[in-house]
Amino acid sequence: MYRSHVLVCGGTGCTSSGSQQIMDTLQAEIDKAGLKEEVCVVQTGCHGLCALGPIMIVYPEATFYSMVKNEDIAEIVNEHLLKGRIVKRLVYSETVTEEGIKSLNETDFYKKQHRIALRNCGVINPEDIDEYIGTRGYEALGKVLTEMTPDDVINTLLAAGLRGRGGAGFPTGRKWQLAKDLVKEGKKYVCCNADEGDPGAFMDRSVLEGDPHVVLEAMAIAGYAIGADQGYIYVRAEYPIAVDRLQIAINQAREYGLLGKNIFGTDFSFDIELRLGAGAFVCGEETALMTSIEGKRGEPRPRPPFPAEKGLFERPTILNNVETYANVPQIILNGPEWFASMGTEKSKGTKVFALGGKIKNTGLVEVPMGTTLREVVEEIGGGIPNGKKFKAAQTGGPSGGCIPAEHFDIPIDYDNLLAIGSMMGSGGLIVMDEDNCMVDIAKFFLDFTVDESCGKCTPCRIGTKRMYEMLDKITKGQGTLEDLDKLEELCYFIKENSLCGLGQTAPNPVLSTLKYFRDEYVAHVVDKKCPAGVCKDLLSFSIDPDKCKGCTLCSRVCPAGAISGTVKNPHVIDTNKCLKCGACIEKCKFGAISKK
Amino acid sequence: MVSQKITDSFGEGTCSCNCESKRANKICTVPFNGTKEQEEQLIKVIQELKDDKGALMPVMQKAQEIYGYLPIEVQTIIANEMNIPLEKVYGVATFYSQFALNPKGKYKISVCLGTACYVKGSGEIYDKLQELLGIEGGGCTPDGKFSLEACRCIGACGLAPVITVNDDVYGRLTADDVADILKKYE
Repeated sequence: MYRSHVLVCGGTGCTSSGSQQIMDTLQAEIDKAGLKEEVCVVQTGCHGLCALGPIMIVYPEATFYSMVKNEDIAEIVNEHLLKGRIVKRLVYSETVTEEGIKSLNETDFYKKQHRIALRNCGVINPEDIDEYIGTRGYEALGKVLTEMTPDDVINTLLAAGLRGRGGAGFPTGRKWQLAKDLVKEGKKYVCCNADEGDPGAFMDRSVLEGDPHVVLEAMAIAGYAIGADQGYIYVRAEYPIAVDRLQIAINQAREYGLLGKNIFGTDFSFDIELRLGAGAFVCGEETALMTSIEGKRGEPRPRPPFPAEKGLFERPTILNNVETYANVPQIILNGPEWFASMGTEKSKGTKVFALGGKIKNTGLVEVPMGTTLREVVEEIGGGIPNGKKFKAAQTGGPSGGCIPAEHFDIPIDYDNLLAIGSMMGSGGLIVMDEDNCMVDIAKFFLDFTVDESCGKCTPCRIGTKRMYEMLDKITKGQGTLEDLDKLEELCYFIKENSLCGLGQTAPNPVLSTLKYFRDEYVAHVVDKKCPAGVCKDLLSFSIDPDKCKGCTLCSRVCPAGAISGTVKNPHVIDTNKCLKCGACIEKCKFGAISKK
Repeated sequence: MVSQKITDSFGEGTCSCNCESKRANKICTVPFNGTKEQEEQLIKVIQELKDDKGALMPVMQKAQEIYGYLPIEVQTIIANEMNIPLEKVYGVATFYSQFALNPKGKYKISVCLGTACYVKGSGEIYDKLQELLGIEGGGCTPDGKFSLEACRCIGACGLAPVITVNDDVYGRLTADDVADILKKYE
């Protein structure tokens, strides 16, 4: 029995800021203080507030220490753990009030959240199956195997209204039903898409790192529902911590008889294998993912036949993403009515978003469907830092679009986002402020798709490249108004004619920015200006003679020798020599240099 | 010998249609010096995995762990031992960005160009590194010390912009911090 538990976040965000070293120091300090028998250190998954990492929570008080440094550990151990005095200096400032320390759940970041998929993340030790079982883990699987028929399971999911969290939002129950009914006999497969490729999305990784067993349990439930005995998890090799924890979880589940032959003493057998991706974005597409598991080039293939009929190794297969699976055991345990009571009419339950970009609280949040963008960005996310103005939110990664401020109050669900030219995607939500150029952002995404297009179908292979070239031309100030029309036409052509989801959605970043930020395109094309000051070729640097004190610093840092002037007299930039590197702006102490 | 043949079949340079030929540039120019032990290790791995369904990629991943990269000589061993045509192995090797046909530097620098890092200025950091190292992205310094590449989101978006040097992660950077980081590895 321990009197205190110290939870240290071991997610990728906190590990990157040094939480592993902090755990080691913490254990050493605890041993030194003779508290080994009284205080237990637990490494957990992601708490969500990655911006404040490394994160450490001390229970039973639930004191939330943020941005902990190695040199702070001794103080926390000696003051808090030994003497019971909270080190206020290191506590997350939002939780400090005049009356004392308030609970984390009352802070703006957590108050509006509702955690289902992330339920155990940051709470349990992901490398210990007993902790998962202790939070009703594998109870849903037991219930399914002993009390429910496969049809009961599918009907429960249908009634709950769970839709695929990978982006497109296909009803999960319907998918399972097809795989169960289209082909009755023979080998079938259950696959998990953990190839979270959208840049800026990391919710699946957090579930895998923080609660890997939930995925295994849900896959076994899926196996029972469709009649499969083999599962594959296709996980990105870029997520080494997730891969390790999944393998540990699989081994433990096998040891406990929760995977393998005759689970819970029934006739049902099910096992899971891990397959590592090798860095191809297109492998997030379902048919491409299956081709990749088969050990081939991960190229998509035409549908039909759909995977429910002919998928992996030509056999009926279902594929769901990590977050979708993470919802399943909870739906079985709490009932479909409970799940359907959250969300909007057509989008039930919650959605996890990875907040990133120009936002104060970067991290993971899980909110009921139908929460507005404003609530997510301003209330939970804490708004835009440095007093800048919100410009757009980008959802759906390279397949999605940019949502402008005018749609700030739209309730987020699958259908609303589609209607305004974006999409849910896997849940990346990148906030941009006035310093981001929307043409540059569109070009950034096209650069990504050009690189990741598998090359199998012509519209995507050649079309995206041509789109990129046009955008490049525009950002260099060589575009014409006619180019904008051509660009738009090409977008629609690629959308309609590409083989798979990658090509069909690749033009979305361009179309949505053309729709909402056309004036920025026009500024690049007609005025040859980049209003946000990003596109280098369109900028010109100048020194305001009234502000310049003649300190000579700028002329000394200029790599091109483009700045001239004498001490205590205003300096001048020779625009012909200027490389537009911006070194002078960074160094100027008087704010005298501007780029336009 | 073999490597020459494949380069020829694709031709030099980059095709403007964004097709595979751009990857012909990946063909290795550094002489192969794999050891007997490495080969034995690889053959052992192949024997273990050979009968699994879809074993090619796991085998290639292990091979890359053993050799650090996948030159044509290693691909040939895999093709022969698994009884798969070399062109299939080569096709898989060039399809996935994590399979390297060139050896990496002693210090492998990756700059995250995921969206969250990009909007916070990782593009400038990437430019700065190319300038300081005198190499382009995807290249390696002549002394074999540093190699530089852009990578997709590593998921540390809370620390954006982020670069990694081997297993060390550096976050919340500006272009000015880059030189100091490189100094640590000089």
